[in-house]
Amino acid sequence: MILVCLILIPFIGGLLCWQAERFGEQPPRWIALGTMLLELALVLGVWWHGDYGLNSAQGASDWVLEWRAAWIPRFGIEVHLALDGLSLIMIALTGLLGVLAVVCSWHEISRRIGFFHLNLLWILGGVVGVFLAIDLFLFFFFWEMMLVPMYFLIALWGHSGSTGNTRIQAATKFFIYTQASGLLMLVAILGLVFAHHAATGEYSFSYEALRHTAQNELSPQMAWWLMLGFFIAFAVKMPVVPLHGWLPDAHAQAPTAGSVDLAGILLKTAAYGMLRFALPLFPEASQAFAPVAMGLGILGIFYGAILACGQHDLKRLVAYSSISHMGFVLIGIYSGTELALQGVVVLMVAHAFSASGLFIISGQLYERLHTRDMRLMGGLWGRIKGLPGIALCFVAASMGIPGTANFVGEFLVLFGTFDTWPWVVVVASGGFVLAAIYSLFIMQRVYFGPAKEDTPLGGLDGREIVMMLGLLALVLWVGLYPGPLLDTSEAAMQNVEHIMTLEETPAMPEETP
Amino acid sequence: MTSLLALSPLILVCATAIVVMLTIAWRRCYDLTATLTVIGLNLALAAQLLAWWQAPLDVTSLMTVDGLSIFGGVLILVATLACATLGHAYLEGARGPREEYYLLLLCAAAGGIALVSSRHLASLFFSLELLSMPLYGMLAYTYRERGALEAGIKYMVLSAAASAFLLFGMALLYARTGHLDFAGLGGALASAGGDGWLLAGIGMMLIGLGFKLSIVPFHLWTPDVYEGSPAPAATFLASASKVAVLIVLLRLLQSAPVTQDAWFHSLLAVLAFVTMLAGNLLALMQQDLKRLLGYSSIAHFGYLLVALVINEGLAVETAGIYLVTYVLTTLGAFGVVTLLSSPYGGADASRLHHYRGLFWRRPYLTAVLTVMMLSLAGIPLTAGFIGKFYIVAVGVEASRWWLVGGVVAGSAIGLFYYLRVMVTLFLPEPGMQRRDATTDWAQRAGGVVVLALAALVVLLGVYPAPMIDWIRLMAAT
Repeated sequence: MILVCLILIPFIGGLLCWQAERFGEQPPRWIALGTMLLELALVLGVWWHGDYGLNSAQGASDWVLEWRAAWIPRFGIEVHLALDGLSLIMIALTGLLGVLAVVCSWHEISRRIGFFHLNLLWILGGVVGVFLAIDLFLFFFFWEMMLVPMYFLIALWGHSGSTGNTRIQAATKFFIYTQASGLLMLVAILGLVFAHHAATGEYSFSYEALRHTAQNELSPQMAWWLMLGFFIAFAVKMPVVPLHGWLPDAHAQAPTAGSVDLAGILLKTAAYGMLRFALPLFPEASQAFAPVAMGLGILGIFYGAILACGQHDLKRLVAYSSISHMGFVLIGIYSGTELALQGVVVLMVAHAFSASGLFIISGQLYERLHTRDMRLMGGLWGRIKGLPGIALCFVAASMGIPGTANFVGEFLVLFGTFDTWPWVVVVASGGFVLAAIYSLFIMQRVYFGPAKEDTPLGGLDGREIVMMLGLLALVLWVGLYPGPLLDTSEAAMQNVEHIMTLEETPAMPEETP
Repeated sequence: MTSLLALSPLILVCATAIVVMLTIAWRRCYDLTATLTVIGLNLALAAQLLAWWQAPLDVTSLMTVDGLSIFGGVLILVATLACATLGHAYLEGARGPREEYYLLLLCAAAGGIALVSSRHLASLFFSLELLSMPLYGMLAYTYRERGALEAGIKYMVLSAAASAFLLFGMALLYARTGHLDFAGLGGALASAGGDGWLLAGIGMMLIGLGFKLSIVPFHLWTPDVYEGSPAPAATFLASASKVAVLIVLLRLLQSAPVTQDAWFHSLLAVLAFVTMLAGNLLALMQQDLKRLLGYSSIAHFGYLLVALVINEGLAVETAGIYLVTYVLTTLGAFGVVTLLSSPYGGADASRLHHYRGLFWRRPYLTAVLTVMMLSLAGIPLTAGFIGKFYIVAVGVEASRWWLVGGVVAGSAIGLFYYLRVMVTLFLPEPGMQRRDATTDWAQRAGGVVVLALAALVVLLGVYPAPMIDWIRLMAAT
């Protein structure tokens, strides 16, 4: 039942915020903050009480918590929620970033506050649903549903670029990319369901039943196509390079809270989807697809990093760096070793922290300077108290300096991949050089160099300091002591590895680049 | 007696029409006429239950009462009720005679109900005309408006041409087979095989029905008529009239297995494909909401044709589900347009800029329209998603991949213009002069209808099981 609460809390909180607007500006903010804190507290409580070291030898899924109820009996669709270590980490991350998103938009959003928080909380509710649903219909339901409030968030509270309507264009682009690719996933899900129907005579969207079908009943060719349907949907959201077109625009135009949500958790739903669905459902096809995925990952790393170097808009730069980081995630996922998969989890968390940190900093700079163009900045080190130092830390984290969470994640990914794909690791490591370049660009262009003006700008207030230092503490904590995180996700990741290696039959020619 | 009971909804609607006519002749009283109409329609709706107890039953060789006809009858009656209620608010301020609108509406509804239960070409043609004739009048009801007059005349001329095609097709079929009832026709067609004249006859009938459903390439009238006609009439045209024709087409295809003919089958498939793509593409840049809805309805009937083309497995259920979601959504979307244009005063408020910033003035009305747009686009939490889900499912089940591809591509394109409408609603408005609903819209009958439709769309999107059960029950009878 607690799983249902986890999903419902943000939705109900959102409705309350909407209605609370009539009482003034502050109530919606406080209600939203309270809602997300409650959510976070619940997740941490679940974390504290559950035992995530469980592991089964068969690669079957062990759920720590499970809840199911019939929904649409006609197709055997259930409201089937389940939680394991991976989903727990992701939901905790959602709760945390939800709090951050509410706090960081405290002053930024001044119009239609209630409706803003309704959208914000509904996104978070949808994301929690994605992380908990293991009925494929339900998963798809949440997957598509969370796009609508995100669309509104960008379209209504976004920053308009120079040419007027760009935030609406960005929002529309985001929506069409993700929605159309989602439909491909729906087709793939239905293909799987009807294959199951042909084999057993029953309709079911249940994860276990379909996994069984996918591994035993599908012809390899069919499995390949269905896998591709899932992969494209996740790849768009991740984003993998040829399908990334929506991301820089969406980030650049979104309000800070939108960017935090987008980078922090929406992108992670894609990686989660691959770990939870694409790989376990189609292990053989995924194995066969791995070379392509690796290639796309490397392409993403370099493409994102190189384009990040050339950006003038701070948020676009961070957006492109996200593409680069997600390349590492993709490589880690498809290498299929436990070490790399664990690295993926840490990297996802780390990237959520560092990217949201950088987006929040861009937001704070924007509040003070009313621009995000780095050509108009420079020399801010002496003009803003506190912010440059914190920014330096987050830039270092994004660069992957040892001691930060990103380092642990990237290191584990590369280390785990090296055994099977040494050349990929060698090439991908080159991405670090570029990461250093664009990260230092940020510091150099924004904070050093000649100052444009001498007037001091407002320093950080208490809210901002608490928020940034808290985030920073988490980055360092995960970087220095990732043990608890790794323990929690260990069983889930071992399962994924198990599924991947189990299917590595000798009959299948192993393609290595 | 059982036959009479089975036909009681139709009889009640006709009786109401006569009563309304006599009332108008006796004394013109707008509210009385409207009330009588609504009472009659509600009685007919309740009488569907009586008919359900008799089903399945063949009433003479012309009509049949079965699950499909009751399903269609219920949808048509609900749509007519909505149109009557919306029309009440709309016509309140109109000059000239207002009462005859209900008379026309009732006659058209009777035609629709007869159409969904026909099992004979004669009753098909007769009831199709009974459905269309009053529509000419309804579409041109506000005839002082240039657009409405144009819409009425355009629909009349093209509809007459389509009827001619339909008749010619029937004549050809009769000449070759000697049958006019669906069952006999089906048997004769099955034994005759791919005779050229028969195919020509069926093709011509398809043209006639395809015109009513505005399937590409017979769609050209749709946007103009939708745009020009008064909103309640357009609502009826888009919902009840199309439901009736689609159901009779479904019945025809089921009893006459012409779709087994490969050539014909692929022709239908191509039509479906072209219809969904063309409808969506043409809607992209429309500046008028009613026009946009017209193109969108073309696209939706393209999706529905997919179910008809496949015509096996889940197809009937899919058609039923999609019709329900489509009707509810269309009624809701047109309902908002009607409310904003009520009371009638010149052309309808249907240009997109009329809707700019509506959210900040009428949040709930905007929420309704947003839900309807999301439902038309097939986004989860709305009934439209269930419909879209079914259409994709039926395509995947039959492994018709390029039709599935068409649905996916069409939906992706469709998103663009539904989003355009949605975002317009929320944009801050510049100080332009605009049309607005009356302030007490939510307390009035039309407002209640629209809010109930929105609630229903969301409810069915979240918990569609009752709807699915009902449609399966209907399809099984």
